Amino acid sequence: MSGATAILKSGATLAIIATICTALVAATYTQTTDRIAANEKTLLEQSLQPALANTFYDSSVSESRLVLDPPHGLPGTEAAIIYRVYSGDEPVAALFVVTARDGFAGPIRILLGVNIDGIVTGVRILQHRETPGYGDKIDARKSDWVHQFASRSLQDPPVARWKIQSDGGEFDQLTGASVTPRAVIKAIHETLLYFEAHRDNIFAATATDEES
Amino acid sequence: MTRRRLRERLLTGIWYDNPGLVQLLGLCPLLAVTTTFVNGLGLGAATLLVLTLSNGLVSASRRWIRNEIRIPIYVLIIASLVTCVELIFKAWFPSLDRSLGIFIPLIVTNCAIVARAEVFASRNSVSASIVDGIDMGAGFALLLMAIGAFRELVGNASILSGFDMLTGNDAFTGLSFADHGLLLAILPPGAFFSLALAVAAKNAFDRKRRRARNTGATRSLRRSG
Repeated sequence: MSGATAILKSGATLAIIATICTALVAATYTQTTDRIAANEKTLLEQSLQPALANTFYDSSVSESRLVLDPPHGLPGTEAAIIYRVYSGDEPVAALFVVTARDGFAGPIRILLGVNIDGIVTGVRILQHRETPGYGDKIDARKSDWVHQFASRSLQDPPVARWKIQSDGGEFDQLTGASVTPRAVIKAIHETLLYFEAHRDNIFAATATDEES
Repeated sequence: MTRRRLRERLLTGIWYDNPGLVQLLGLCPLLAVTTTFVNGLGLGAATLLVLTLSNGLVSASRRWIRNEIRIPIYVLIIASLVTCVELIFKAWFPSLDRSLGIFIPLIVTNCAIVARAEVFASRNSVSASIVDGIDMGAGFALLLMAIGAFRELVGNASILSGFDMLTGNDAFTGLSFADHGLLLAILPPGAFFSLALAVAAKNAFDRKRRRARNTGATRSLRRSG
């Protein structure tokens, strides 16, 4: 067998095996894709739940997603996400995923739940790179710092007191870290202001499709 | 294959030539995921599945694969199988998949699998290769489970934690004996210590048995003499 035929033959074998393997993967993919999407949805709903304490709702939260591209008036320079929460047809709450840009080390991704009356139902930090042992106490797994925002609103405390205590505000600070809590509190406050100003628009908008 | 040979065959992978204990292959996933029994079981089962299927496919195609391109073809077959297994885990065991994380796709790089394709499946019949895959896979999986159980017991004072990841309901989520264990066992160094203990224990057991057999043999010799 000459060199050229040998190479052609090898190439053909490789091509055939590659086709078979691709077919195998494609078949598995089509068989599993629906289940995987359903699993991811359940996971998302579960991860949103902590920000909806004491809220009764029966809607599928992830289906009512709104993605707002910047500039959107919410904290952060990347896309913000809003999930609308309903009980029957009545809107009961909204979940915001926003970013505080002025943290100590990179963006802090915040999940904030607000009920229809503008009262905070829960706050969770989704992503951050704050200093371990200091700023990272904003994480609910590290300390209960974020729990102090539950059931607060724009009126409670009044605007001038939406600060950490050392700045003359109402909220606990973290020992050794003041930049981080300042950034989080500012983002929460801005989001509450946004919700108050745009509440009706938020619930009237049509949901953003998946994969957008 | 006779029963006796089958038994011998199975013991090869599980004991005499265990991919983890004796060949010391695939140590990266072995050391990384064995923080709990359930993790070990999950990765062990996935590896067993991939190893069995890849052995079967490599063996089935061994006659018309030219020697020069065999390695890329093994890689192709193994990578596709791993992708399929990963999708299956994502669909049916989502929380286990999250717990094992990157180590499911990294089964591709488990040298135990390429090694079996090269030294066994490419030279033996399909049925023998499948048996070899099950056998070696079981050896690897059993070792993962043993080390996982050991580290979980010592490091976390619990066993079968995360069992709900397999069943999907919260009926049984594992047993816990104390609040704290010896944390070291869960941390990366604990993985090395545990594997070292397992290898040492196996060697000690083998030596003891060999010695017992030797003295037994001499005794019977004396009697007959």
